[in-house]
Amino acid sequence: MKRQMVTIDGNEATASVAHRINEICAIYPITPSSNMGELADEWSALKRKNIWDTVPLVIEMQSEGGAAGAVHGALQTGALTTTFTASQGLLLMIPNMFKIAGELTSTVFHVSARTVATHALSIFGDHSDVMAVRQCGWGMLSSGSVQEAHDMAVIAQAASLEARVPFLHFFDGFRTSHEVNKIEQLTDDDLHAMIDDELVRAHRARALSPDHPVIRGTAQNPDVFFQARENANPYYKACPAIVQKAMDKFAKLTGRAYHLFDYIGAPDAERVVVVMASGGETAEATVKHLVERGEKVGVIRVRLFRPFSIEHFFAALPKTVKHIAVLDRTKEPGAAGEPLYMDIVTALAEAQKVKTFQLFSVPTVTGGRYGLASKEFTPAMVKAVFDELEKPEPKNHFTVGINDDVSHTSLDYDPAFSVEHPETIRCVFFGLGADGTVGANKNSIKIIGEETDNNAQGYFVYDSKKSGSMTISHLRFGPKPIQAPYLITPHTANFVAIHQFGFLERFDILKYAQPGAVFLLNSIYAPEEVWHHLPREVQEDIIKKKLKFYVINAYDVAQQAGMGERINTIMQTCFFAISGVLPRDQAIKQIKKTIRKTYGKRGEAVVKKNYEAVDQSLANLHEVKTPEKASSSLTRRPPVPAQAPEFVRQVLGPMIAFEGDSLPVSAMPKDGTFPTGTTQWEKRNIALEIPVWEPDLCIQCGKCIFVCPHAVIRHKVYETGLLKHAPVTFKSLESKFKEFPGMAYTVQVAPEDCTGCSLCIEACPAKDKSQVGRKAINMAAQLPLREAEAANWEFFLSLPEVDRALVNPGAVKNSQLLEPLFEFSGACSGCGETPYVKLVSQLFGERAIIANATGCSSIFGGNLPTTPWSFNKAGRGPAWSNSLFEDNAEFGLGFRLTLDKHNEFARELLTQFAKELGQDLVDGLLDAEQSSEAGIASQRERVEILKKKLGKSSDPRARNLVSVADSLVEKSVWILGGDGWAYDIGYGGLDHVLASGRNVNLLVMDTEVYSNTGGQASKATPRAAVAKFAAQGKGLPKKDLGLIAMAYGYVYVARVAMGASDQHTLRAFLEAEAYDGPSLIIAYSHCIAHGIDMVKGLEQQKLAVQSGMWPLYRYDPRLAAAGKNPLNIDYKEPSIPVDQYMYNETRYRMLVQSDEQRAEMLLKEARQDAKKRWQFYSQMAAMHFDEEKE
Amino acid sequence: MADLTTTYLGLKLKNPLVASASPLSEKVETVCALEEAGIAALVMYSLFEEQIIHESLELDHYLDYGAESFAEALTYLPNIGRYSIGPGSYIQHLRRVKEAVTIPVIGSLNGVSTGGWIDYARMIEDAGADALELNIYYLSFDPKISSAELETTYANLVNNVKAKINIPLAVKISPFLTGMANVCQRLVEAGADGLVLFNRFYQPDFDLEELEIVPNLSLSTSQELRMPLRWISLLYGRIQTDFALTTGIHTAEDVLKAMMAGANVAMMASELLKHGPGRGAEILAELEAWMTEHEYESIKQMQGSMSAQAMHEPYALRRSNYMKVLNSFKYLP
Repeated sequence: MKRQMVTIDGNEATASVAHRINEICAIYPITPSSNMGELADEWSALKRKNIWDTVPLVIEMQSEGGAAGAVHGALQTGALTTTFTASQGLLLMIPNMFKIAGELTSTVFHVSARTVATHALSIFGDHSDVMAVRQCGWGMLSSGSVQEAHDMAVIAQAASLEARVPFLHFFDGFRTSHEVNKIEQLTDDDLHAMIDDELVRAHRARALSPDHPVIRGTAQNPDVFFQARENANPYYKACPAIVQKAMDKFAKLTGRAYHLFDYIGAPDAERVVVVMASGGETAEATVKHLVERGEKVGVIRVRLFRPFSIEHFFAALPKTVKHIAVLDRTKEPGAAGEPLYMDIVTALAEAQKVKTFQLFSVPTVTGGRYGLASKEFTPAMVKAVFDELEKPEPKNHFTVGINDDVSHTSLDYDPAFSVEHPETIRCVFFGLGADGTVGANKNSIKIIGEETDNNAQGYFVYDSKKSGSMTISHLRFGPKPIQAPYLITPHTANFVAIHQFGFLERFDILKYAQPGAVFLLNSIYAPEEVWHHLPREVQEDIIKKKLKFYVINAYDVAQQAGMGERINTIMQTCFFAISGVLPRDQAIKQIKKTIRKTYGKRGEAVVKKNYEAVDQSLANLHEVKTPEKASSSLTRRPPVPAQAPEFVRQVLGPMIAFEGDSLPVSAMPKDGTFPTGTTQWEKRNIALEIPVWEPDLCIQCGKCIFVCPHAVIRHKVYETGLLKHAPVTFKSLESKFKEFPGMAYTVQVAPEDCTGCSLCIEACPAKDKSQVGRKAINMAAQLPLREAEAANWEFFLSLPEVDRALVNPGAVKNSQLLEPLFEFSGACSGCGETPYVKLVSQLFGERAIIANATGCSSIFGGNLPTTPWSFNKAGRGPAWSNSLFEDNAEFGLGFRLTLDKHNEFARELLTQFAKELGQDLVDGLLDAEQSSEAGIASQRERVEILKKKLGKSSDPRARNLVSVADSLVEKSVWILGGDGWAYDIGYGGLDHVLASGRNVNLLVMDTEVYSNTGGQASKATPRAAVAKFAAQGKGLPKKDLGLIAMAYGYVYVARVAMGASDQHTLRAFLEAEAYDGPSLIIAYSHCIAHGIDMVKGLEQQKLAVQSGMWPLYRYDPRLAAAGKNPLNIDYKEPSIPVDQYMYNETRYRMLVQSDEQRAEMLLKEARQDAKKRWQFYSQMAAMHFDEEKE
Repeated sequence: MADLTTTYLGLKLKNPLVASASPLSEKVETVCALEEAGIAALVMYSLFEEQIIHESLELDHYLDYGAESFAEALTYLPNIGRYSIGPGSYIQHLRRVKEAVTIPVIGSLNGVSTGGWIDYARMIEDAGADALELNIYYLSFDPKISSAELETTYANLVNNVKAKINIPLAVKISPFLTGMANVCQRLVEAGADGLVLFNRFYQPDFDLEELEIVPNLSLSTSQELRMPLRWISLLYGRIQTDFALTTGIHTAEDVLKAMMAGANVAMMASELLKHGPGRGAEILAELEAWMTEHEYESIKQMQGSMSAQAMHEPYALRRSNYMKVLNSFKYLP
């Protein structure tokens, strides 16, 4: 079998080996490893076989802890088993990892190494996760590139089978896992040659079996545990040689030679860097460059980190070495040094002791940290380390890649230093998220990699926002091998493409261009007029760098070809046409070939429109003649306005402008604490169209405001006199609120924050009687309205908020008078989760403390640079935190415990200060009625008096009382998360918190999949829906979490769907908060992962309820106590068939298109589910609860 | 015993009752039940040009919707890797239907453009269809397009489709044509082996509470028989082709009327959808009983017997008939 050259990413490269040499994969999604599991699942679904000609069994578990348990069990019963994970996921596997190693079990876990959350979560890559498991007794083998990840996957397995030491095979998250590179793919024959079937059978023979029973996992006492532990030593001693043997065998097979420690550099090097994983690639490329220039430097690339073989290390180290710098991609605060550094120091100490390794002199060893959370690690930084080693007293415990102006650990480096080969072509593309730019570039790099002799590399940087985001594609190709796991640096790109004109006014993109580079712009302006629309800075760059400037109106071409806003194929065609990487005809042929390959399975119409787009592209591509002088009066906009708070300007501003790397250490909060209410300063202007209010039609129902996912449409009632200062275009009419007669009323849109989702239009019930297409709000182009509406918005914000005490929030329109304290999040446009979050913030935000499970809501709620949780004029607002994915219910319970304890403590202390405070105040504080806004406001006033009275007291009891006095004001604990948390990974904790009886509110935003990681099935996924890990359509029904919670009898439970009934949703939220005990609200949240037009999300919610797929109910234990049935069914008997709901969604429909028979079967069962559900609930709601009275 | 046999598109049928293009053909079991009930032939539900294109574009849109824009979720739906977009599943189903029954099965294509989709005609033939029904369903609301242009488009379409296949071709048309006879003649000249009169448009309704347009699918009634009945009567003999009468066939009497007007077959859907395939057997029994009672020997004997050409007073079928109805109306109690 001949090996193929393929252009794939590190995850696929790894999974393609792992899937072929295992029998079982037990998996759980976590970034950036998720798609290894997804690929394994897809391949098994497609019946792709392993090298023993059987299809591996893939199972998704409820957590990484569960995956590790399943892997452990499968290994113990003799199956070749693997898993894929990262970060917190790996940490959840630790207990099993100890067991698996203790039992000398052969397996390989593949880890795309990712930062472990500390002061903040980060999805990006470093070694803090793998270093956190280095004590488990596993072999640890690292890969530095896509090819290596592919190769080491099998080397690790071969070694593990022979050594009986389990292996962790790891590579850098994103940098390697997501880098697309051209590699030589191992054939099944190669894998067969590497895996010794006798060892596989020996693994099976050790399995637990009643046919030859043994017992494993005994409990051992002080007498023998120690000895038994030491008895494993010979296996670890033998392991390094076994790994090297596997590497040698591999080298013989493929020609790619690896060693436990690979040395690259001058044979007589005096300065040596020791480094692991992708950093080794950068160091190697830099060393080669420096050696060519006569420097005596070298690098040791550590492949096998555990078991650490001192012997092999010294065999690799040149005897001439004088200075060693050890680079760790992790941080261990408080340690004597980072792990790899400590190992090298230990190795040297031991070497001196045994005098085995004859170095010419004892080298100095310094340690340094680099690349945390995918911080760039470039040749310039490697050079800085070598330069440091030349100094008489090189810095120890240094950092490189940042500016540490606090501890002064950082090394200076010259960003202009480059080792890139002149023949390598570097291209950067700035695309609008979901415009297809990244996909097209992945295809381009495949074309270049697989259709030419060039080497090729692609890496893709994504935004932190889920809507209106920017993507940056970094492509390199050329005749020389590309050893550059870092981004294309400023002033080095040969080709810069900007796929959205608006980026020019926000970001300095042309800094990437080298002199004479090509600049391709998707321009809404014609070639002869585009120049006048460019910001001055852009014009200056074009002139100064003598850029070749091309434009195309890709949106026009896309529209003509029926591609909508997807300009990918068009821009890709232009890239090939201009770059000349392939002759034009050949390039077009290849693009078309790729189009057929990529889209062919989606139908001929899709292929056709893409072909049309290709054909029309070149005719619309124009070179622009550039003047010799910049003339524009436009300048680039600052990232945040001048009136923003200092922290926002100084810290968040650069982050918004993609300049965060330049921020020094001192700029960042030390403990991860950030101010809230910062999204208001990031005016993203991403909506092409925004809602426009038509007062003549408005019935002031507030529905548009209720459903707005981004809090960009609001209404207020206010004194009419305030209108005298209003901008001329500010609209107003008389209030119809009976509580506010004679006042003025306005609905206002935030034009620069709106995402243009138009859910508000969908929700608006008011139609023009003469023209039903016109509603009380309608979409209109943003640009012409931007300036005036921005002024109107400012004026609107200046109008006073309504007095909460005067509003009865029980009606939808009233509830929407309450100020949202969750605004302008980066959630998907039209998100189904955020309206619920916003509602919590409106109703209870002023006194809410929020625990947020990791997932979409923690990302749109807490992802920098700016965050949406906000505060009111009084400075009060939700306090928010995210602990983990799995522990959120417990985390939130902890909030309640503190509040309860402090409240109890405060009450205890209060009684001791009757004299100082006065009995009336004490009684008032103790007996305060706080079920209404007015009651809460009164209690706040009392607390303020208390603080004033005791504020200056030196009595420690008084000071304690003041410090906990705020707990006397009722607080609202909300525990938010998605179904992945509530139904799966956090279910045990959620169940316990419900059982605790404590007064907490749990809001489950049920999208029926793991949305944040890309739509993997959860136990909330309904029958017949297709999801990742349920590619054949889920065959079992959705878990009824609400019913389980009802079983306690003392938990308030509601199932709501805002689109079906906003009033019901509002009522449930108010009841849940009012209930003095645990409350669970399960909220239907339409999601991009459903494959729907998000504007139809509310309509789908309605259909879900009408079809019985999503019941609405409230279970209120207070009713049972009053002798009534606690269950209120708030929906009607299913009135439409389930398919009328389901087949509006791609997640259901795609099963019909892929497996019609199964779809039909599952549809039938789903129908039955809906019917049975209705029967069950209606019977339950009809039960008598008044027996006690009899 | 009366001879119920007839011919349609060159196919010999045991009786004139044919199941028309409808959801009746969506399940193989239903088709088998129809055969058991004595239905002589079956027209498959339609493969829609727009539906194929729409499904394809829609799937493509949603599979890529939001993709490659957020680092943690580069896609949102699994890449199953194979979809039966286009005619695949239709063709497969047609094949299964053909294997399950012995009665002739007529494929059905619905569209109006002359794009690549007409290749599906060949696929339908290859799947074993005994004939093809081409359903021209087009709402012309563009004031710039003249009826002459449209009619030429239809004729070209028929011509192109005919060129793709060797099986007989029937063309189902709308009643809303100005020069009905001329258009029919042109379609026959373009290659149609038979004409199916008429296509039944599903007219949407208005919801007055929500002020929305709502789809409204209502089954036909015997009242609707009148229009195709009249037109077949008028065209029979004038245009040398086979006629199928569809819309409004609910009873044996309706079938008889269709035959007498000159239809080769009577196509039925609503009645079968409402009462089940077994209703076919009842109608055939009633048909035979009527013929026996009225001493008709065969269907052929009555075919065209009340067509315009056969009538003593053919003007009753023409405009004067309209006047007659109006005049008669005022005498109603």
